[in-house]
Amino acid sequence: MSPPTIRFSLNGHARELEVDPAHRLIDVLRDDCGLTGTKEGCSVGVCGACSVLVNGEVVSACLLPAPHVDGASVITIEGLAQGGALTPLQEAFITEGGFQCGICTPGQIITATALLTARPKPTDADISEWMMGSLCRCTGYHGITRAIKKAVEG
Amino acid sequence: MSFEFVVPESWPETLTLLAQRGDEAFVLAGGTAFTLLLRQGLIRPAYVVSLRRVQDAARIKADAHGGLSIGATATHTDVVRSSAVRGAWPELADAVAKVATVRVRNQATLGGSVAHADPASDAPVMLAALDAQAVVLGAGGARRRIPVDELLVEPFTTTLAPTDLIHSLEVRARRPTTRAVYLKYTPRSADDYATVAVAALANVSDGVLHDLRIFLGAVGPRPMRASSVEKALGSGRVDARAIDDAAALARDDVDPIDDLRGSAVYKREMARVWTARALRELAGL
Repeated sequence: MSPPTIRFSLNGHARELEVDPAHRLIDVLRDDCGLTGTKEGCSVGVCGACSVLVNGEVVSACLLPAPHVDGASVITIEGLAQGGALTPLQEAFITEGGFQCGICTPGQIITATALLTARPKPTDADISEWMMGSLCRCTGYHGITRAIKKAVEG
Repeated sequence: MSFEFVVPESWPETLTLLAQRGDEAFVLAGGTAFTLLLRQGLIRPAYVVSLRRVQDAARIKADAHGGLSIGATATHTDVVRSSAVRGAWPELADAVAKVATVRVRNQATLGGSVAHADPASDAPVMLAALDAQAVVLGAGGARRRIPVDELLVEPFTTTLAPTDLIHSLEVRARRPTTRAVYLKYTPRSADDYATVAVAALANVSDGVLHDLRIFLGAVGPRPMRASSVEKALGSGRVDARAIDDAAALARDDVDPIDDLRGSAVYKREMARVWTARALRELAGL
């Protein structure tokens, strides 16, 4: 039997690949596409480090079967900045100390991007609900929350 | 490992595939449980059927009376956001919103949650309390309805045959007096499975909890019906004392295990505490 072929949009570019159906989206991104910004922290969808946007919704790339992105639009951390210009949220992560070691940061920024798209003026409860599944061992979370609020204020 | 991965586009096509390969097939919807089981070596399928493209399989609709139909591949997020669910059974949307994280809710489906039959899952417990029915497609497209609480038997085991498929989940229209609640006790982190969860429904009038249904989650091999509690409250007016006395019997209705979310002894005690809270909320006390 031949491996399934997936056709999908990756950070705005059309891609076509054969995939091992036992692989997950994170394997496709890191190994097949060379996009290592998405990190595998826990492999069980708990830590949020592998968060990506699929059709605009945030999901764990470590839980998504590779064949399930056929026909979808995928955005990774590498796809947020346009023409080298960081998004306001990314700038805020820098100015507000939203990261230290950086390993959780792609997932934090992707999830916060999804949050701000769904809730442009999020309440503290919204921020808590959306971000609570993105774990960070370094910052203690306040810098991340400040960055999100700074991006809202502009 | 390698396996065949097929993506049918209709229920009839899916049933045809299962008629041929059902015994060796793994059927998946969102794929969260599938991925975890596969990587832990708990399943070694030769043939995997994904329902992601089955037409109308994710449809959610409410009829004119407020009866709800939730397609098998509707995600938890679909349910939380659905105006049909919010109108007919907002308590179900609230219960489903408590599952894990936004990422898991965006991918995992209600139908999959029922079929996976993880005793710690939230959706099956609430659906059992609402007396939800699973519409099941069998060989040749035969359709039957199975109450969700009868479908779930043992951990990760339903009464479904390998050639069966969950088509949708149906919840009958509520009455004007119907109240429902889902309480989830997560002493570790908010995105955890419950240490104990209580789903309860009653038609409340004159201080009486008519047609009371209480199911407890994560404290047994399936959603556990708190029959002792229901019987104790009977058809009398409930007050705080009656609730406390009845809730104490929840300890007999559960069969928890020791695990990272609590010892069996602790879970039994928390079953009592949280059943009392759920009953007070239903009774408006």
